[in-house]
Amino acid sequence: MLEVKNILAGNQRAGARMIRLIEDNDPTVFGLLKELYPHVGHAFIIGITGSPGVGKSTLIDALISEFRKLDKKIAVIAVDPTSPFSGGAILGDRLRMQRHATDKRVFIRSMASRGQKGGLSRATKDASIVLDAMGYDIIIIETVGAGQADFDITTLAHSTGIISIPGTGDGIQAVKAGILETGDIFIVNKSDKPDADASVYELKMMISMRKPPNLKITRETGWTPRVLKTIAQNGTGVKELADTFLSHFDFMKKNNFVDQKRNAMETSYFNSLLQDLTLKKLLLLMKNSKEYKEVLQKIQEGSIDPLSAAEHITSKICIFENND
Amino acid sequence: METKNKIRILIAKPGLDGHDKGAKIVALALRDAGYEVIYSGLHQTLEQITQTATQEAVDIIGLSIMSGAHLPICEKLINMMKEQELNDVYLTVGGVIPYQDIPKLKEMGVAAVFPGGTSFEEITKGMNRLIER
Ligand code: B12
Ligand SMILES: Nc1nc2c(ncn2[C@@H]2O[C@H](COP(=O)(O)OP(=O)(O)O)[C@@H](O)[C@H]2O)c(=O)[nH]1
Ligand SMILES: [Mg+2]
Repeated sequence: MLEVKNILAGNQRAGARMIRLIEDNDPTVFGLLKELYPHVGHAFIIGITGSPGVGKSTLIDALISEFRKLDKKIAVIAVDPTSPFSGGAILGDRLRMQRHATDKRVFIRSMASRGQKGGLSRATKDASIVLDAMGYDIIIIETVGAGQADFDITTLAHSTGIISIPGTGDGIQAVKAGILETGDIFIVNKSDKPDADASVYELKMMISMRKPPNLKITRETGWTPRVLKTIAQNGTGVKELADTFLSHFDFMKKNNFVDQKRNAMETSYFNSLLQDLTLKKLLLLMKNSKEYKEVLQKIQEGSIDPLSAAEHITSKICIFENND
Repeated sequence: METKNKIRILIAKPGLDGHDKGAKIVALALRDAGYEVIYSGLHQTLEQITQTATQEAVDIIGLSIMSGAHLPICEKLINMMKEQELNDVYLTVGGVIPYQDIPKLKEMGVAAVFPGGTSFEEITKGMNRLIER
């Protein structure tokens, strides 16, 4: 049996099983999450995004080492795409972080996107609740890396790092896609390759021109996004990167942005839960109703079309008073 | 909204043996059969394998062993899995496994053995059978 107290005590087996239940949409999850929820709010959540192959996983491996030097407990959620053909997935991010597998203060969880767009999986948010409640100081989330589509991470993470590499024009792509506005720290990885300085220069220039933020989440002008160069493979520049992430978190805390962010996160979490629960409940109620059965019958007889039928059934929903 | 439970498998190569062709193609074949495959790469210690299986909450561990050391490796790993309370995880093994060793592996508690020449169909069927029972 899965016990909340084991999860709160940081037991990896218990936490891992809980995350598995979340992924599998187990009906017990909701109750367990409710018990964990009062214990969250401690973790600093970092998002790492960028096109496939830029070195996200390798860089996270190096970041884990840096944060471990500061004796932080680290959790990683690494999301890889689910094959649209088979529904299966190869989860290979972990391969690059395997040297940390036996460190008892590191927890790495691979996750398949399972059809979710936006670079994360449906389970990512709830899994981060589990890891936060387990007491991890820092949770690093690696997105799928569909590049420009990975916006979801900015609602979930306190700090988002966008990785590009020299000479690919990724910087310009980012601007076009509006992704520039969402990054707190820009990383030019593989700076052992030619033209790294040119990429840094280009990014800095674009950031200096970026428009005042107009995001859902207030991102005050006080923080100027940093641009850093790294070589993930040998750790060059990674200490500076780790320090920059931590100083961004300090900055957010000092300016009350962590609270603002939490409010925004809770609102969006509430809305998404509401959507799931309402849908489930209403569908159940409708499908058990006399009206539903009658209308279904009529569709089959051909005496009503599906559009009118759906309209008819939904017109029966009337719970809250509309104050408009 | 996908609610169907996926089978999660860890494919790992223990020890120093560097033959990874078999492990990689089996990983791809299982992905194509709808599995979520965690590929942890070469040169894994048994501690890495049990920790990874724990954190990833897998249903199955699949070892690929070409070095001839499958008997001692499996024996040790099974004991470690018991210590870690991974009692709901199946251990399977593929690679260069002489047929006379299969009963010994089964007796130790290895759930299924897939020696060289096993077809992908037999592998997926064998894996599915473990989960169904
Ligand atoms: C190709 C090969 C190599 C390549 C490897 C390339 C690579 N990156 O993989 C190279 C040339 C590098 C190589 C090197 C060596 N090799 Co070599 N190699 C082979 C060979 C000819 C074929 C292996 C192969 O890739 N087969 C194709 C794949 C698809 O088959 P498979 O791996 O068996 O996988 C199948 C099943 O076993 C199963 N399976 C495998 N893993 C898994 C995992 C799971 C989860 C599941 C479900 C199923 C499963 O499914 C697959 C499909 O049926 C074998 C001979 C043989 N008959 O196996 C020797 C062999 C494995 N090598 C051998 C040796 C000795 C060596 C060397 C030590 C030689 C030397 N003295 O340098 C080195 C060591 C390298 C190292 N670092 O470990 C010996 C091992 C002896 C033993 N077990 O007692 C063999 C058996 C040859 C022999 N008859 O002597 N080798
Ligand atoms: N030259 C060079 N290669 C790197 C660097 N960082 C990562 N790589 C390599 O880039 C490839 C992709 O890395 P990976 O971390 O898997 O990228 P991801 O897909 O973004 O997670 C791997 O072969 C890495 O070894 C780097 O700083 N320099
Ligand atoms: Mg990766």
